Amino acid sequence: MFPKRVGLTLVALLLASACAPSGTPAGASPTAAGEKPQSGGELLYIVTAEPPTFDAHQSTTFATLQPISPHYSLLYKLDPADNVSKIIPDVADGMPTVSTDKLTWTIKLRQDVTFQDGQQMTAEDVVATYNKIINPPQGVTSPRKGVYAPVASVEATDKFTVTFKLKYATGSFLASLASPWNYIYSAAKLKQDPKWYEKNVDGTGPFTFVEYQKGSYWAGKKNPSYFGKDKNGTKLPYLDSYKAFFITDPNRQTAAIQSKQAMIEFRGFTPQQRDQLQRALGNDLAVQESPWVCVNYITFNTKKKPFDDARVRRALTLAIDRWSGGDALSKQTIVKDVGGLMRPKGPFAMSDADLQKIPGFYKDNAKAVDEAKKLLADAGVSNLTFNFLNRNVTTPYEPVAVFAINEWKKIGVTATHQVKETAAYLADLRAGNYDVGLDFNCDYFDEPDLQLAKFYSASGLGKGLNLAGYDDPKLDQMIDAQSRETDPAKRKQLVWDIERYAMGEQAYQVPVLWWYRIIPYLKIVRGYVIGSNHYTTMDMANIWLAKQ
Amino acid sequence: MQRYVAGRLLLMIPTLLGVAILTFLIMRVVPGDVVALRYSQAGAVSQDVIDRERRLLGLDKPIQDQFFDWMGQVVRLDFGQSLWTDRPVTEEIAARFGITLELAILAAIIASAIAIPLGVLAAVRQDSWVDYVIRVVSIGGLALPSFWLGILMILGLVVFFRWAPPLIFVPIWKDPVENLGQLIWPALSVGYRYSAVATRMTRSSVLEVLREDYVRTARAKGLRELWVVVRHALRNSLLPVTTVISLEFAFLFGGLVVTEQVFNVNGLGKLLVDAVAHRDYPLIQALVLIFSFVFVVVNFVVDLLYGVLDPRIRYA
Repeated sequence: MFPKRVGLTLVALLLASACAPSGTPAGASPTAAGEKPQSGGELLYIVTAEPPTFDAHQSTTFATLQPISPHYSLLYKLDPADNVSKIIPDVADGMPTVSTDKLTWTIKLRQDVTFQDGQQMTAEDVVATYNKIINPPQGVTSPRKGVYAPVASVEATDKFTVTFKLKYATGSFLASLASPWNYIYSAAKLKQDPKWYEKNVDGTGPFTFVEYQKGSYWAGKKNPSYFGKDKNGTKLPYLDSYKAFFITDPNRQTAAIQSKQAMIEFRGFTPQQRDQLQRALGNDLAVQESPWVCVNYITFNTKKKPFDDARVRRALTLAIDRWSGGDALSKQTIVKDVGGLMRPKGPFAMSDADLQKIPGFYKDNAKAVDEAKKLLADAGVSNLTFNFLNRNVTTPYEPVAVFAINEWKKIGVTATHQVKETAAYLADLRAGNYDVGLDFNCDYFDEPDLQLAKFYSASGLGKGLNLAGYDDPKLDQMIDAQSRETDPAKRKQLVWDIERYAMGEQAYQVPVLWWYRIIPYLKIVRGYVIGSNHYTTMDMANIWLAKQ
Repeated sequence: MQRYVAGRLLLMIPTLLGVAILTFLIMRVVPGDVVALRYSQAGAVSQDVIDRERRLLGLDKPIQDQFFDWMGQVVRLDFGQSLWTDRPVTEEIAARFGITLELAILAAIIASAIAIPLGVLAAVRQDSWVDYVIRVVSIGGLALPSFWLGILMILGLVVFFRWAPPLIFVPIWKDPVENLGQLIWPALSVGYRYSAVATRMTRSSVLEVLREDYVRTARAKGLRELWVVVRHALRNSLLPVTTVISLEFAFLFGGLVVTEQVFNVNGLGKLLVDAVAHRDYPLIQALVLIFSFVFVVVNFVVDLLYGVLDPRIRYA
């Protein structure tokens, strides 16, 4: 049932879904036309890290979502057939009804949802879940609490209706309700112990928990009381069970797929891993590829001279020929597309023609280099030298940094690659103990409120996020304005203005290249559509295995 | 003897205490902390959230308070909670201890099985082609990193046999074949390197003993050469070989880091690397203490073994 009044936000997201490309499968399509999903079998997949906690509300890593999401449902989720921008109900019984002032969101819930302990899911459970995220109790952390700042209250209006009241209208609220981290928890369990879900599992998802062997694997089996059905009315999930193997070493990951010990890895492989598997497995392998909502930023320490001078920052971004860099680097690592602050080819992406007018994105690199040299000369730092801080992660940080360093040589700048292990690197970035650093950001959705959060002033909302250290009230106002704009077309214009100002004029933190997801997998795996992130559609409900 | 044993046992206490203090201090000097890492991966995590989590974990307390809190727990054999997983450190270690122990034992058996016969053979056939081949093989073992050998092994198995060692650990008492199917490969790659050191030590030690008067006397008595080598030469050359094999065994406890990673074996080495990367202080401190304890105990046992292997050695 579709509500009578749907907020413009929803329209924006639907429009976005219409124009956003999904993954680009090569080889077998996720589910070929006319193919009927088959039930049964065990999905074996690789997770490249181990979950620090079972509680997704407290986690920021895919290592929690990929093995554990099959046990849980969300209020809304990304459509597994799209996995980029189309939001569909999960335990919600339809899309939300939004008041005309866009401040009250009313959500009806399905009445056939039960937890794996047999309790029926009601509005109280959804309220308790969101209260835990928005106002975490003593001893519990909620890393994404700030995302829900617009929420004034969450109430159970009746047994199966939840109402969110907002302090102000925002264009991102539906996306926030579809966050893959927001597993629906049992109110009773949370009341008993708010930390219960850190070490236990009880959800309403398609699979029940079987076993977790530390450092080795996580296993689940079909939940017979799962509410989900496919479009033909067949009960989901299709799979009987699944096992997620924790394998950190890239060679071992490739070997696991090549030897068919595992069928798929959902985060992404390098081009070399894909090529090795294609050579070894031939027709047994399918590959899906997609632009990724992950990007590396060059972050200038604006508290240090000469990086407090916008001319110097602009010169350094101008020198980088991203267009040819993308072509070259995409052959060796997981970056490819050139884009601004929003994912290229995504719903908020600026057109290439407009992007090419921004310093650092010119197609004519010779012109950019001349302009950069002039800016450095004007700033009195023609032979600039500095340390370029990076983390000791090969993919894609090291090649991206080496590329930037080489580009800077063209304008007479010498940057020393200062590689540190992740903990030390983060400590330096956060303490402002660096000249220029290679930062990164990954999100689950193309949503300006998520991608622009780190551009707020460092002493304001950007505290701990904006590692460049600047305060810019003008930029804060611009980010706020786009967040509160509910007309999608106007919002896009505001976002593009921000990109022109923050990247082109000020060049505080500039994207190098956006990441590119490559998922090679055994062709027997069907029903998975690659998305622009490695967090969503991980409940495995729609995945099935073709009989060989 | 009893006084010697008691003295050595008592000496372990200051050794382990020193290790504990050093580890604690070194980890606090190294930049970075678990909270920044935990929230570094996705989304907009504000400084307030990070500060709150640091307070929850007690990382905002003065270092001396953190140290005395930790020592207070350790003397009660409570190593605290992992900062990364919030689970008891003992639980984290217990899940991996058996795997590393088995792997270290297997590697030691493989190394001994290779090193002692080859070392003796090289000594007996000194400067012959047999000796040269064995020396090349043992130098190869020293030169090739065991993890690289491990990568080659996996590649070879996958490419030629379309098979890779099992991903799931099964205890040896449940399914010995499955268990060995997983652990024999890392044990071989580590055991080969480990054997290289022991082969060279065995060779030089046997060579030295073969020049002793009592060996000449044994030969003069008309004993068979095999008996001379095994009964007289080998037994008397075992002291340094035992030392090398035992100390390597102790090293393996914390030194299988990369090999465990390559073969996806969930052992203590991999746990230590993860703990250091995550700045999981209680786990690092507990692991280093355990590795030190194993090292000290193995040293002590080796010292006692000297008396068994060489009856002339007496402890006062």
